[in-house]
Amino acid sequence: MAISTPASGNSLPLQIDSIVKRFGQVTAVSGISLDVPERACLGLLGPNGAGKTTLIRSIVGRVRPESGSVRVFGHPASSPAARQELGWVPQELALYPLLTGRENLNAFGRYQGLRGKALRDAIQWCLEWASLADRADSAVKTLSGGMKRRLNMAAGMIHRPRIVLLDEPTVGVDPQSRNRIFEMVDALRAEGATVIYTTHYMEEAERLCDRVAIVDHGRIIAQGSKDELVAQSFGTRSDVLMRLAASSGAEAWTVSRGGTLQDGVAHFPVDRPSDIASLLDGAARDGLDVIDLVLRRPNLESVFLQLTGRDLRQ
Amino acid sequence: MIATIVRNGFLALRRDRGAMVLSFVLPVAFFSIFALVFGPMSVSSTPRVHVLVVDEDHSAASARLILGLHREGSLTTDTRPKSQKGEPQPPEYTAAAAEAAVKGGTAPVAIVIPAGFGATPISLVPASGRKPIRILHDSSNPVAGQMAAGMLQKVAMTAFSSSMAEVGVRYLAFASGGLTPQQRDRLDSSLAQMRDRAARSDAQTGSAAGAGSDASGGLIAVEMRDVVGENKKSPMIAFYAAGIGVMFLMFTASGAAGTLLDEVDSGALDRILSARVSMTTLLAGKLTYCMLLAYSQLTLMFLWGAAVFHLDLFTHLPGFFTMTVATSFAVAAFGMLLASISRTRAQQASIATLLILTMSALGGSMFPRFLMNPAMQKVGLLTVNAWAIDGYTKVFWRDEPVSHLAPQVAVLLGAGALLFLIARRFACRWESA
Repeated sequence: MAISTPASGNSLPLQIDSIVKRFGQVTAVSGISLDVPERACLGLLGPNGAGKTTLIRSIVGRVRPESGSVRVFGHPASSPAARQELGWVPQELALYPLLTGRENLNAFGRYQGLRGKALRDAIQWCLEWASLADRADSAVKTLSGGMKRRLNMAAGMIHRPRIVLLDEPTVGVDPQSRNRIFEMVDALRAEGATVIYTTHYMEEAERLCDRVAIVDHGRIIAQGSKDELVAQSFGTRSDVLMRLAASSGAEAWTVSRGGTLQDGVAHFPVDRPSDIASLLDGAARDGLDVIDLVLRRPNLESVFLQLTGRDLRQ
Repeated sequence: MIATIVRNGFLALRRDRGAMVLSFVLPVAFFSIFALVFGPMSVSSTPRVHVLVVDEDHSAASARLILGLHREGSLTTDTRPKSQKGEPQPPEYTAAAAEAAVKGGTAPVAIVIPAGFGATPISLVPASGRKPIRILHDSSNPVAGQMAAGMLQKVAMTAFSSSMAEVGVRYLAFASGGLTPQQRDRLDSSLAQMRDRAARSDAQTGSAAGAGSDASGGLIAVEMRDVVGENKKSPMIAFYAAGIGVMFLMFTASGAAGTLLDEVDSGALDRILSARVSMTTLLAGKLTYCMLLAYSQLTLMFLWGAAVFHLDLFTHLPGFFTMTVATSFAVAAFGMLLASISRTRAQQASIATLLILTMSALGGSMFPRFLMNPAMQKVGLLTVNAWAIDGYTKVFWRDEPVSHLAPQVAVLLGAGALLFLIARRFACRWESA
């Protein structure tokens, strides 16, 4: 079963234009605009309470923004045409625990309007895609956490949507299941689906997404590819981590070189690898003993912490 | 250590509103409700038994008896149907009309005073050729028939005091071998004074209820007949099947409708509503499920009653089908309303327990409504239980045709539709925020 090609002219899969959503005094989404091109995989990152889930729920029509618009292949988000194009995998295990996997897929397929052979084929595809064919007739409550997660994803894919919204699909699963979920997402992309992937795991976003949007306080505070985001936040700068032998002058020396000392490790921002040589020369000249040294290029997590801060959220 | 465990228990209880309600509010609420239902049934306010009186004798004795019954505080007597506004007074009840009225549920009991009763109204010895008074009763109200019989004997003691003395004198003369003329004169004089006092008493208004216990020894010959249940194998089974059935049906429907709250919790509701399913469609689907479940449960109940307790189900299938559809619909809609007004399963369980037991108490599932005082009987009409039980009683007890179920069916279907609309209104909160 292949995902069909767009039928709505040149409309982008997803166009979000200045949406605002408030819950009482709290502004959950504050003027977010976002265009997602076809076949893209957009990672949606942000601390707890940043507005990611409200944004996702606005896209699937479960939240009505006070202003702004969400269009799916040109259709309003809550329209039947948009619903047909969207596949939503909520963070919760939105399944019937007493029904089997096959019965769950049958129910959600029917809710999406599938009947007869189309429904049977869709169920079979989902079971194979989620590697659950051998447990298709087991009650959901008897499945492992990873199996439930995969079935949860399959239930959102039963009508073969062209846009897939995955809200933290790997929460609470083991590495093997997580890897299988990555393969499932890769398979969807290979078939032409546009994916929006919400997660707190930066390595997942780096592994799966070609673009990332960082959301905080209801706004998108940064957007681009991983390299673009790193370049935006850190330029060409890297971190040098230098472990020093205990010495009374270590901290003063580190500060004098523009670094910080934490637990015997000096952190220095450097723009060029050649800066490392001058640091090592300086340490030797001032009588400090360098035990080891690491050059670390900033990653998505560095960007995330740089932009959203290290303070605890909700 | 124990103190910590106790403290934790109370802290958790204080933060669990459902448990708090179940622990403290529910018992007090139930105590109050049952006190209201049964509390007012003190001696002074015991519900009066409605009695139809038929006078085929038209003698002074029958008139005195009817007057005595009329003055009896525990009875409400009617000798003719109540006249409608602007229409002439209807004729007095005949025995056949009174029997039909009892069968139709107008009154639970009728007293028929036969022609010839006045010749020998009372007797101290049996088989003296006297005409027995017929009591036609509906055994679905087991109290009414017995009460009417007891009251007849009691009234006889006061209404026929002079006759009783005459009978006593005759018996004394027979047993002693004869009275002297002087003894006869003095007794005649005393009897005349007794008749005068009785006449003066009749002329006064007020209760004729005198002191003394109920007469039960057969001063007046009485013949009792259960005109509704005489041909039924298990007279009260239909009543209990309906009463208990409807109560448990409400619990079942409430539980089944509660799956909506499970779907809210699990996120399945969001997923369903983000598909091609509207809230109205979803609620209608749930309503249909609850209704089918309720229908199956009631059917099983009555089939069991037929198999084990000889309930005459198969000759009443049209009425059973009609009442079961209407009842299932109303109860299913009630379940939907409970689910839609509740925030959590625990809250729903608390509200359901409170409402269902209250409705069951008021509506006659636990205790027949005809034994409640008139005010509580009217309050009971606000419940689904009362209308359902009344309808099933018409079908199985009074053998009434399906067309007579129109009031019950209309109320149940109307209530169901209204409850569903209210449930739909409350369910708006689960639509897009």
